[in-house]
Amino acid sequence: MPTKEDLAIAKQMPDAGGHFGQFGGRYVSETLMAALQQLEQTYEMLWRDPQFQAEFDYDLAHYVGRPSPLYHAERLSRELGGAQIYLKREDLNHTGAHKVNNTIGQALLAKFTGKPRVSAETGAGQHGVATATVAARLGLECTVYMGEEDIRRQALNVYRMRLLGAEVVSVTSGTRTLKDAMNEAMRDWVTNVDNTFYIIGTAAGPHPYPKLVRDFQSIIGREARQQCLAQTGKLPDALVACVGGGSNAIGLFHPFIEDADVRMIGVEAGGYGIETGQHAAPLSSGCAPGVLHGNRTCLMSDDGGQIIGTHSVSAGLDYPGVGPEHSYLQDIGRAEYTAINDDEALHAFRHLTLTEGIMPALESSHAVAEAMKMAPTMDKDQIILVNLSGRGDKDIHTVAEIDGINF
Amino acid sequence: MSRITECFNNLKSQGRKALIPFVTAGDPDPKVTVPLMHALVESGADILELGIPFSDPMADGPVIQLACERALLHGTRLTDVLDMVAEFRQTDQTTPVVLMGYLNPIEVMGYSVFAEKAKAAGLDGVLTVDLPPEEAGVFNQLMKAADIDVIYLLSPTTEVERVKLICAAGSGYVYYVSVKGVTGSASLNVPEVAEKLQMIRQHTDMPVGVGFGIRDDASARAVSEIADGVIVGSVLVNKIAELAGDQDKIPDAVAAITASMRQAMDK
Ligand SMILES: Cc1ncc(COP(=O)(O)O)c(C=O)c1O
Repeated sequence: MPTKEDLAIAKQMPDAGGHFGQFGGRYVSETLMAALQQLEQTYEMLWRDPQFQAEFDYDLAHYVGRPSPLYHAERLSRELGGAQIYLKREDLNHTGAHKVNNTIGQALLAKFTGKPRVSAETGAGQHGVATATVAARLGLECTVYMGEEDIRRQALNVYRMRLLGAEVVSVTSGTRTLKDAMNEAMRDWVTNVDNTFYIIGTAAGPHPYPKLVRDFQSIIGREARQQCLAQTGKLPDALVACVGGGSNAIGLFHPFIEDADVRMIGVEAGGYGIETGQHAAPLSSGCAPGVLHGNRTCLMSDDGGQIIGTHSVSAGLDYPGVGPEHSYLQDIGRAEYTAINDDEALHAFRHLTLTEGIMPALESSHAVAEAMKMAPTMDKDQIILVNLSGRGDKDIHTVAEIDGINF
Repeated sequence: MSRITECFNNLKSQGRKALIPFVTAGDPDPKVTVPLMHALVESGADILELGIPFSDPMADGPVIQLACERALLHGTRLTDVLDMVAEFRQTDQTTPVVLMGYLNPIEVMGYSVFAEKAKAAGLDGVLTVDLPPEEAGVFNQLMKAADIDVIYLLSPTTEVERVKLICAAGSGYVYYVSVKGVTGSASLNVPEVAEKLQMIRQHTDMPVGVGFGIRDDASARAVSEIADGVIVGSVLVNKIAELAGDQDKIPDAVAAITASMRQAMDK
């Protein structure tokens, strides 16, 4: 158990070099170092600037539609017969997921740097859509890298991005999923570093990305903390969020780090089951630290150091690494990480839709499934706060395919 | 004195420049690599850069990405690469060998195990693309203790302050990446590179090798006029890819390219 002092230190992470304990840092090729240093300076200056803050808050309120509601899922809670489940409704944000909180913030940074082009990697396509959206609004050229496999399973989002004026590049290298899209986005950035702002979609990558993505996403936890106090008079007993790279989870968790009584549970993609090896759960399967995409973090690699192919029904969680702050929070014992299999997530997708009329993204369905497991083991006056990171419209195709329906 | 430093000193006294070919270890088959290394030396290569295959080569273009894939198809691991170096050393005790790759395979092996094995294999230098000096404190100490040079990249975006920092951290030589981009991408602009090298030389006495964008005799010669070493990779790897189905021909065919570059450089 971390002490009060440990938690105070944890709250202040990362250090000046972007380290969260032994994790994080900046492991990139030399060509990108100058750009990252410049980004860090720009960010540190603007994040403290009241005018920047005001602009960010304004956009979140009037463009994204914040604050997002905190909704008491009464019927679901009653049926489970235990803890009360509250849903933080990031699915109601403009573009349908938490991803837009971050792209609004990074777009403001991009605007300040004056670069005419933005690029992004995307898995489920939500980050790609959120990036294409802010690019359209600011009149920036936009290129989104997406694995061929994900282009297939998230076809709707691909067309959405194209309607928004973005170029979507199909990535055919490696496993053709999120990690390969990220490789390609980094190759693009090395080549076009002078005119391109790289908008990373999760709390991973080289410093300062994990920090700034967390800061932009922390609006989730700040709102949720206030809303929970206002609605119930107390803090939640547990926070539950799905973890791909970890941006929605860290956004929810971070404002609660020093609230030692609030459990934090990150839910990774268990795929076909941890025991099958076909999953995307580096933390809950006990992976050792490694280095990929610019940071040191728990990583799925084989004993020769090659990155292992992952599997998840949800494209947004299908990633072999995890943001470094989560590796750190697990290491110091502040947050717990667990995995939910494809089947359980699909069941939760259907169940929340039927009981509450809310269709969650398959990513978010992992968090819902975990909450459904936990609730019956807890008392009726306890609270589980689930981050409903996105809506499920984009996944209807995938679920229909499983049901044998072709449109 | 390290084998690398000795090599550059000898070349300097002869008024010649180093020809430094890069090939990915295990591409297209582990059996090819050691004979290919010897053939490269015979053709006039001075230092060999051997790529450690990696599943996610983020700084590489399609040519070397595919080389990694071919090598990994045969399961070429870092330990195998070190075995190849050791085998090469049995019959060549003078040509420096540098491993070039990404950090994760070394991280997973463990820095000290790697240092020990690399020293035993007779390795001379290591260049990890994604390990800048800021993160390399422990790694550098262990390599130094094992008498292995740590070679760093400098790029067109590297400002003076970082040039100083990087040159202070590295040894053997520095590797100037001549273009913004991945391996095998654009062709280089020689006057621009010359200008940057002038700045770099103000801050280090180490030899400077130039790589990325050298694809023929003319570019090899042009670079040899301004740099201490000419690093050539993608054109050789392309030839290997072409002959992947006819592996016996690879050493001679690749060495023919470097032999011709050697001639052009020595003219
Ligand atoms: C709705 C939704 N939730 C979660 C994620 C996973 O990302 P992260 O772990 O960064 O929140 C994604 C990624 O695409 C997503 O679209």
